[in-house]
Amino acid sequence: MTTTTKKSSTGASGDGPAPMQRTLLTGSLPRYFAPALLAGVAIVTGGLLFALGTFSIPLFAVFTVVTYTVLVTLASARIESGRKAKDRLVTAVVYTCFGLAMVPLISLLWTVARMGVVRLDGYFLTVSMNGVTPTMDAGGVYHAIVGTIAITGFAALVSIPIGLMTAIYLVEYGRGRLKNAITFFVDVMTGIPSIVAGLFVVALWMVFFGPGTTNGAAGAVALSVLMIPVVVRSCEEMIRLVPNELREASYALGVPKWLTVVKVVLPTAIAGITTGIMLAIARVIGETAPLILTAGSSAVAINWNLFDGQMMSLPVFIYSQVRMGDAINYERAWAAALTLILIVMLLFFVARLVSRFFAPKFGR
Amino acid sequence: MAKRIDVSGLHVYYGDFKAVEDVSMTIEPRAVTAFIGSSGCGKSTFLRALNRMHEVAPNARVEGKVMLDDQDIYAPDVDPVAVRREIGMVFQRPNPFPTMSIYDNVIAGAKLNNQRLGRTEADDIVERSLHGANLWEEVKDRLSKPGAGLSGGQQQRLCIARAIAVEPAVLLMDEPCSALDPISTLAIEDLIAKLKENYTICIVTHNMQQAARVSDQTAFFNLAGTGKPGRLIEMDETNKIFTKPDKKETENYITGRFG
Ligand SMILES: Nc1ncnc2c1ncn2[C@@H]1O[C@H](COP(=O)(O)OP(=O)(O)O)[C@@H](O)[C@H]1O
Ligand SMILES: [Mg+2]
Repeated sequence: MTTTTKKSSTGASGDGPAPMQRTLLTGSLPRYFAPALLAGVAIVTGGLLFALGTFSIPLFAVFTVVTYTVLVTLASARIESGRKAKDRLVTAVVYTCFGLAMVPLISLLWTVARMGVVRLDGYFLTVSMNGVTPTMDAGGVYHAIVGTIAITGFAALVSIPIGLMTAIYLVEYGRGRLKNAITFFVDVMTGIPSIVAGLFVVALWMVFFGPGTTNGAAGAVALSVLMIPVVVRSCEEMIRLVPNELREASYALGVPKWLTVVKVVLPTAIAGITTGIMLAIARVIGETAPLILTAGSSAVAINWNLFDGQMMSLPVFIYSQVRMGDAINYERAWAAALTLILIVMLLFFVARLVSRFFAPKFGR
Repeated sequence: MAKRIDVSGLHVYYGDFKAVEDVSMTIEPRAVTAFIGSSGCGKSTFLRALNRMHEVAPNARVEGKVMLDDQDIYAPDVDPVAVRREIGMVFQRPNPFPTMSIYDNVIAGAKLNNQRLGRTEADDIVERSLHGANLWEEVKDRLSKPGAGLSGGQQQRLCIARAIAVEPAVLLMDEPCSALDPISTLAIEDLIAKLKENYTICIVTHNMQQAARVSDQTAFFNLAGTGKPGRLIEMDETNKIFTKPDKKETENYITGRFG
């Protein structure tokens, strides 16, 4: 290993590719070179850092990656060609960036999982906080799961038809001014901060039901305001992707336009539409601020009724537990966070199955 | 079943742009009529105006008259959907429905229109149409497989089967072989020769040998100049067009001395 490193450092000093005979095989490093070099560099830097007594994982990673990138590029420039050296350099950079992007993700998932499992069990998932004082070693998240499912489900029930039909209008029927106006307002809606959506519903509910009315339906409407533009945008993209040839094929068979849309365009785009809708749900299922304003933050009991009384949800549960600030509250918050992540993952899993099931098939 | 098409004084516009100018012709039933001419001279546009498919493009419109036997397809209360049931179309690129099996593709015309078909009736239509499109032997054992899994030539014949399954009077084909290899092209040409016993067929082609091989009548379109609309220069028996056309322009095009 050390020899490999040494060899390439020689390459570093005598720069510029040496003129060599060109055959198909000359001038290429063996396939195992890059992984071997990486392992070598890792062992050497690790050893050095240990010897100096300053070993830490970030330091080790930085030194290893930088040294490896430099060495592999120089070695390649010396033995292979300029083009391949660039290729190896960019490959190393791309992998590094990928790794950097993965760091927060993995670390987040790992932290939530580690902290969440402390309290996440059957009991936690199946009892509410009804009659539990904040510091008591009891209580669970069932009422918040119920609330999240009810509120998000109702929001989806409202948003998906509206969003999907708007998308169909924009792609298949819309022309001129009205289409442009709708596109514009959808864009504007995409940018509405979630708290503003919450305030909007608070004001709306004040008009219809009097001041201070909080219930699940209000939360669901607030989430719909956030969800509709996302559904419109993603469905629009997907419907636009359906080739015009298929529409024409259908028209040429004497099929009216609306049946063409329902039976040709939508089935062809169904996989993408499902994914888009799931993304929209995932986008709102973690919303906290609008729900605190509209569905309340103090419900402790199980409430399936969207139209009567406050409704807890997982994000609001996490928020209110963290605000209480005792160790047990943090445990509950982490466990609830893990529950929320698991629910979202389940949603994506289902979406995958659905799109795989419906996707156009090309098998023989 | 097959019907005659009578076109008189047809102009087609895209917005302000006139794509086809003043075409009059008679398309005979139980015969193949080929449309030839250089790219962009409005062959597709004209063909699509024959079953009102041009209306798919925003702001496309026509002036003039197209009679299908004794019915004016542009009469004010005629539904374009009804016109297209009578006048089917096959496109340049095979376009089977990717979500459907071979079987469902063939009966797509009925299925998409929410018509209820009995199982035996549907089986009959599928078998008859696939036989009609010379595809039955190749796919009879895999009718439930996706239509998009067939080869290009098979897909195109599947599209023809789909078009004839709704029993139209006329079949319009817009360069149906230009995306296919010579063997598949031959298969389609054989099929056209067979189909003309029952249908009125119009085919746009860039391949002059093909026009000579398959058609009874040939119509030659040309542009008066760039930015000018396309016009019908000459229409006659295919034999005559390819041996002694009346117009110098036609002769130049046929012999490849163009422009
Ligand atoms: N959807 C459309 N909108 C506007 N112009 C079009 C459209 N389709 C075709 N054209 C124009 O009409 C003319 C004729 O086109 P086309 O009928 O496709 O010619 P061909 O099939 O003979 O090659 C061309 O100038 C083309 O640019
Ligand atoms: Mg064309």
